[in-house]
Amino acid sequence: MDWQGQKLAEHLMQLLLVCFAVVAFITGYMLGSFQMMMLIYAAGVVLTSLLTVPNWPFFNRQALKWLDPSEAEKHPKPQPAISGPKKKTAKK
Amino acid sequence: MHSFGQRANVLLTFAITLLALMCAIASVSDNFNSLSPHAHVQVVNINWFQKKSSGDDEVSLSLNISANLESLFTWNTKQVFVFLAAEYGTPKNALNQISLWDGIIPSREHAKFWIHAYNKYRFIDQGSNLRGKEFNLTLHWHVMPKTGKMFADKIVMSGYRLPQAYR
Repeated sequence: MDWQGQKLAEHLMQLLLVCFAVVAFITGYMLGSFQMMMLIYAAGVVLTSLLTVPNWPFFNRQALKWLDPSEAEKHPKPQPAISGPKKKTAKK
Repeated sequence: MHSFGQRANVLLTFAITLLALMCAIASVSDNFNSLSPHAHVQVVNINWFQKKSSGDDEVSLSLNISANLESLFTWNTKQVFVFLAAEYGTPKNALNQISLWDGIIPSREHAKFWIHAYNKYRFIDQGSNLRGKEFNLTLHWHVMPKTGKMFADKIVMSGYRLPQAYR
Protein backbone atom coordinates (compact mmCIF):
# COMPACT_ATOMS: atom_id res chain seq x y z
CA MET A 1 0.00 0.00 0.00
CA ASP A 2 1.12 3.57 -0.57
CA TRP A 3 1.09 6.17 2.19
CA GLN A 4 -2.35 7.55 1.38
CA GLY A 5 -3.65 4.02 1.14
CA GLN A 6 -2.35 3.16 4.59
CA LYS A 7 -3.98 6.27 6.02
CA LEU A 8 -7.25 5.37 4.31
CA ALA A 9 -7.05 1.79 5.57
CA GLU A 10 -6.47 2.91 9.16
CA HIS A 11 -9.29 5.48 9.19
CA LEU A 12 -11.69 3.10 7.44
CA MET A 13 -10.89 0.32 9.91
CA GLN A 14 -11.45 2.49 12.98
CA LEU A 15 -14.65 4.02 11.62
CA LEU A 16 -16.18 0.70 10.57
CA LEU A 17 -15.37 -1.07 13.84
CA VAL A 18 -16.74 1.75 16.00
CA CYS A 19 -19.92 1.98 13.89
CA PHE A 20 -20.51 -1.75 14.07
CA ALA A 21 -19.89 -1.73 17.83
CA VAL A 22 -22.43 1.04 18.37
CA VAL A 23 -25.04 -0.55 16.09
CA ALA A 24 -24.49 -3.98 17.67
CA PHE A 25 -24.88 -2.65 21.20
CA ILE A 26 -27.99 -0.61 20.49
CA THR A 27 -29.64 -3.45 18.58
CA GLY A 28 -28.80 -5.97 21.28
CA TYR A 29 -30.07 -3.67 24.03
CA MET A 30 -33.31 -2.87 22.21
CA LEU A 31 -34.02 -6.50 21.39
CA GLY A 32 -32.91 -7.68 24.82
CA SER A 33 -30.62 -10.19 23.18
CA PHE A 34 -26.95 -10.47 24.09
CA GLN A 35 -26.48 -12.99 21.32
CA MET A 36 -27.72 -10.52 18.70
CA MET A 37 -25.11 -7.99 19.80
CA MET A 38 -22.32 -10.54 19.49
CA LEU A 39 -23.50 -11.74 16.07
CA ILE A 40 -23.76 -8.27 14.57
CA TYR A 41 -20.36 -7.30 15.97
CA ALA A 42 -18.70 -10.50 14.71
CA ALA A 43 -20.13 -9.89 11.24
CA GLY A 44 -18.82 -6.34 11.41
CA VAL A 45 -15.31 -7.47 12.34
CA VAL A 46 -15.24 -9.97 9.47
CA LEU A 47 -16.50 -7.36 6.99
CA THR A 48 -13.98 -4.77 8.15
CA SER A 49 -11.11 -7.22 7.91
CA LEU A 50 -12.11 -8.16 4.35
CA LEU A 51 -12.24 -4.50 3.41
CA THR A 52 -9.10 -3.08 5.03
CA VAL A 53 -6.54 -5.84 5.55
CA PRO A 54 -5.89 -7.21 2.04
CA ASN A 55 -3.89 -5.04 -0.34
CA TRP A 56 -6.74 -3.88 -2.57
CA PRO A 57 -5.99 -1.78 -5.69
CA PHE A 58 -7.86 1.27 -4.38
CA PHE A 59 -5.26 1.52 -1.63
CA ASN A 60 -2.58 2.00 -4.29
CA ARG A 61 -3.97 4.91 -6.30
CA GLN A 62 -1.26 7.42 -5.42
CA ALA A 63 1.94 5.59 -6.28
CA LEU A 64 5.12 6.33 -4.34
CA LYS A 65 7.54 8.66 -6.11
CA TRP A 66 10.92 7.01 -6.47
CA LEU A 67 13.86 9.11 -7.69
CA ASP A 68 14.86 8.84 -11.37
CA PRO A 69 18.08 6.73 -11.81
CA SER A 70 19.87 9.54 -13.74
CA GLU A 71 19.05 12.00 -10.96
CA ALA A 72 20.64 9.60 -8.49
CA GLU A 73 23.91 9.50 -10.48
CA LYS A 74 24.37 13.25 -10.12
CA HIS A 75 24.69 12.81 -6.40
CA PRO A 76 27.30 10.12 -5.94
CA LYS A 77 27.74 8.36 -2.67
CA PRO A 78 30.70 9.72 -0.68
CA GLN A 79 33.83 7.51 -1.00
CA PRO A 80 35.52 6.26 2.17
CA ALA A 81 38.76 8.18 3.02
CA ILE A 82 41.99 6.53 1.59
CA SER A 83 44.68 6.25 4.33
CA GLY A 84 48.27 6.97 3.11
CA PRO A 85 50.54 9.95 2.23
CA LYS A 86 48.43 12.96 1.63
CA LYS A 87 48.84 14.14 -1.89
CA LYS A 88 46.91 16.73 -3.66
CA THR A 89 44.87 14.55 -5.87
CA ALA A 90 41.61 15.60 -7.30
CA LYS A 91 38.88 13.18 -6.47
CA LYS A 92 36.25 12.48 -9.04
CA MET B 1 -0.37 -0.34 8.35
CA HIS B 2 2.57 -1.15 6.18
CA SER B 3 2.03 -4.88 5.83
CA PHE B 4 -0.72 -7.49 5.88
CA GLY B 5 0.33 -8.79 9.29
CA GLN B 6 0.45 -5.30 10.77
CA ARG B 7 -3.04 -4.44 9.55
CA ALA B 8 -4.43 -7.75 10.82
CA ASN B 9 -2.82 -7.14 14.20
CA VAL B 10 -4.20 -3.60 14.50
CA LEU B 11 -7.67 -4.74 13.48
CA LEU B 12 -7.84 -7.62 15.97
CA THR B 13 -6.51 -5.53 18.86
CA PHE B 14 -8.91 -2.69 18.22
CA ALA B 15 -11.84 -5.07 17.75
CA ILE B 16 -11.17 -6.81 21.06
CA THR B 17 -10.77 -3.49 22.88
CA LEU B 18 -14.15 -2.36 21.57
CA LEU B 19 -15.65 -5.69 22.63
CA ALA B 20 -14.37 -5.17 26.18
CA LEU B 21 -15.93 -1.70 26.17
CA MET B 22 -19.28 -3.06 24.98
CA CYS B 23 -19.29 -5.70 27.72
CA ALA B 24 -18.47 -3.10 30.38
CA ILE B 25 -21.33 -0.87 29.24
CA ALA B 26 -23.66 -3.89 29.15
CA SER B 27 -22.76 -4.60 32.77
CA VAL B 28 -23.37 -0.97 33.77
CA SER B 29 -26.78 -1.13 32.10
CA ASP B 30 -27.80 -3.79 34.64
CA ASN B 31 -27.85 -1.09 37.31
CA PHE B 32 -30.88 0.51 35.66
CA ASN B 33 -33.02 -2.55 36.19
CA SER B 34 -35.99 -1.93 38.50
CA LEU B 35 -36.44 -4.95 40.76
CA SER B 36 -39.69 -6.32 42.17
CA PRO B 37 -39.13 -9.86 43.42
CA HIS B 38 -41.74 -11.67 45.49
CA ALA B 39 -41.41 -14.79 47.57
CA HIS B 40 -43.39 -16.81 50.09
CA VAL B 41 -42.40 -19.93 52.02
CA GLN B 42 -44.73 -22.13 53.97
CA VAL B 43 -43.58 -24.89 56.33
CA VAL B 44 -46.10 -27.57 55.45
CA ASN B 45 -44.94 -30.20 57.91
CA ILE B 46 -42.30 -31.03 60.47
CA ASN B 47 -41.47 -34.55 59.33
CA TRP B 48 -39.33 -35.41 62.31
CA PHE B 49 -37.39 -33.62 65.02
CA GLN B 50 -34.73 -35.58 66.94
CA LYS B 51 -31.67 -35.19 69.05
CA LYS B 52 -28.90 -37.16 67.41
CA SER B 53 -26.44 -39.39 69.24
CA SER B 54 -23.83 -36.64 68.89
CA GLY B 55 -26.06 -34.36 70.99
CA ASP B 56 -27.04 -32.07 68.10
CA ASP B 57 -30.64 -31.38 67.15
CA GLU B 58 -31.85 -32.21 63.66
CA VAL B 59 -35.17 -31.41 62.02
CA SER B 60 -36.66 -32.39 58.67
CA LEU B 61 -39.12 -30.01 57.04
CA SER B 62 -41.55 -30.11 54.15
CA LEU B 63 -41.64 -26.74 52.44
CA ASN B 64 -43.81 -24.94 49.90
CA ILE B 65 -41.59 -22.37 48.21
CA SER B 66 -43.25 -19.96 45.78
CA ALA B 67 -41.49 -17.02 44.18
CA ASN B 68 -41.65 -14.63 41.27
CA LEU B 69 -38.11 -13.55 40.33
CA GLU B 70 -38.86 -12.51 36.74
CA SER B 71 -37.89 -8.87 37.31
CA LEU B 72 -34.33 -9.91 38.19
CA PHE B 73 -33.59 -11.01 34.63
CA THR B 74 -32.00 -8.57 32.17
CA TRP B 75 -30.58 -9.05 28.67
CA ASN B 76 -27.24 -9.59 30.37
CA THR B 77 -28.35 -12.35 32.76
CA LYS B 78 -26.96 -15.84 32.39
CA GLN B 79 -28.82 -17.45 35.29
CA VAL B 80 -30.10 -16.75 38.80
CA PHE B 81 -28.87 -18.90 41.67
CA VAL B 82 -31.41 -18.97 44.50
CA PHE B 83 -31.18 -20.58 47.92
CA LEU B 84 -33.27 -20.69 51.10
CA ALA B 85 -31.55 -20.30 54.47
CA ALA B 86 -32.89 -20.74 57.99
CA GLU B 87 -31.60 -18.09 60.39
CA TYR B 88 -31.72 -18.06 64.19
CA GLY B 89 -29.61 -17.20 67.23
CA THR B 90 -28.31 -19.44 70.02
CA PRO B 91 -26.32 -18.79 73.20
CA LYS B 92 -23.25 -20.24 71.46
CA ASN B 93 -23.61 -18.43 68.08
CA ALA B 94 -25.21 -15.01 67.65
CA LEU B 95 -26.34 -15.95 64.15
CA ASN B 96 -26.74 -19.36 62.57
CA GLN B 97 -27.49 -19.61 58.85
CA ILE B 98 -28.29 -23.00 57.39
CA SER B 99 -28.91 -23.52 53.70
CA LEU B 100 -31.96 -25.74 53.31
CA TRP B 101 -32.60 -25.70 49.58
CA ASP B 102 -31.09 -24.21 46.43
CA GLY B 103 -31.75 -24.12 42.72
CA ILE B 104 -30.67 -22.57 39.47
CA ILE B 105 -33.12 -20.57 37.35
CA PRO B 106 -31.78 -20.67 33.79
CA SER B 107 -34.13 -18.12 32.18
CA ARG B 108 -36.93 -15.68 32.75
CA GLU B 109 -39.52 -18.24 31.75
CA HIS B 110 -38.60 -20.42 34.74
CA ALA B 111 -38.43 -17.53 37.21
CA LYS B 112 -42.02 -17.76 38.44
CA PHE B 113 -42.20 -21.05 40.32
CA TRP B 114 -43.89 -23.02 43.06
CA ILE B 115 -42.25 -26.09 44.46
CA HIS B 116 -43.01 -28.54 47.20
CA ALA B 117 -39.79 -29.97 48.60
CA TYR B 118 -38.09 -31.51 51.58
CA ASN B 119 -35.08 -29.60 52.80
CA LYS B 120 -32.32 -30.58 50.37
CA TYR B 121 -29.60 -30.08 52.94
CA ARG B 122 -29.83 -31.25 56.54
CA PHE B 123 -31.01 -28.83 59.17
CA ILE B 124 -28.62 -29.68 62.04
CA ASP B 125 -27.88 -27.37 64.95
CA GLN B 126 -24.53 -26.99 66.68
CA GLY B 127 -25.92 -28.15 69.98
CA SER B 128 -29.39 -28.78 71.26
CA ASN B 129 -31.11 -25.41 70.95
CA LEU B 130 -33.91 -26.00 68.47
CA ARG B 131 -36.86 -26.87 70.70
CA GLY B 132 -39.40 -24.05 70.47
CA LYS B 133 -36.91 -22.00 68.45
CA GLU B 134 -38.13 -19.03 66.45
CA PHE B 135 -36.37 -18.71 63.10
CA ASN B 136 -36.39 -16.68 59.88
CA LEU B 137 -36.44 -18.18 56.42
CA THR B 138 -34.45 -16.01 54.04
CA LEU B 139 -34.53 -16.44 50.28
CA HIS B 140 -31.18 -15.33 48.82
CA TRP B 141 -30.44 -14.90 45.13
CA HIS B 142 -27.37 -14.23 43.02
CA VAL B 143 -28.04 -12.75 39.58
CA MET B 144 -25.14 -14.09 37.50
CA PRO B 145 -24.44 -11.97 34.43
CA LYS B 146 -23.17 -12.91 31.00
CA THR B 147 -20.49 -10.25 31.48
CA GLY B 148 -19.65 -8.02 34.41
CA LYS B 149 -20.89 -7.54 37.95
CA MET B 150 -22.96 -10.08 39.88
CA PHE B 151 -25.81 -8.77 42.04
CA ALA B 152 -26.98 -10.50 45.21
CA ASP B 153 -29.91 -9.72 47.48
CA LYS B 154 -32.46 -11.43 49.70
CA ILE B 155 -35.98 -11.44 51.16
CA VAL B 156 -36.34 -12.17 54.88
CA MET B 157 -39.48 -13.98 55.97
CA SER B 158 -39.97 -14.23 59.69
CA GLY B 159 -42.42 -15.82 62.06
CA TYR B 160 -41.52 -19.51 61.86
CA ARG B 161 -41.21 -21.60 65.00
CA LEU B 162 -40.10 -25.14 65.70
CA PRO B 163 -42.16 -27.35 68.07
CA GLN B 164 -41.41 -27.45 71.78
CA ALA B 165 -40.92 -31.22 71.92
CA TYR B 166 -39.15 -33.79 69.78
CA ARG B 167 -41.26 -35.92 67.49
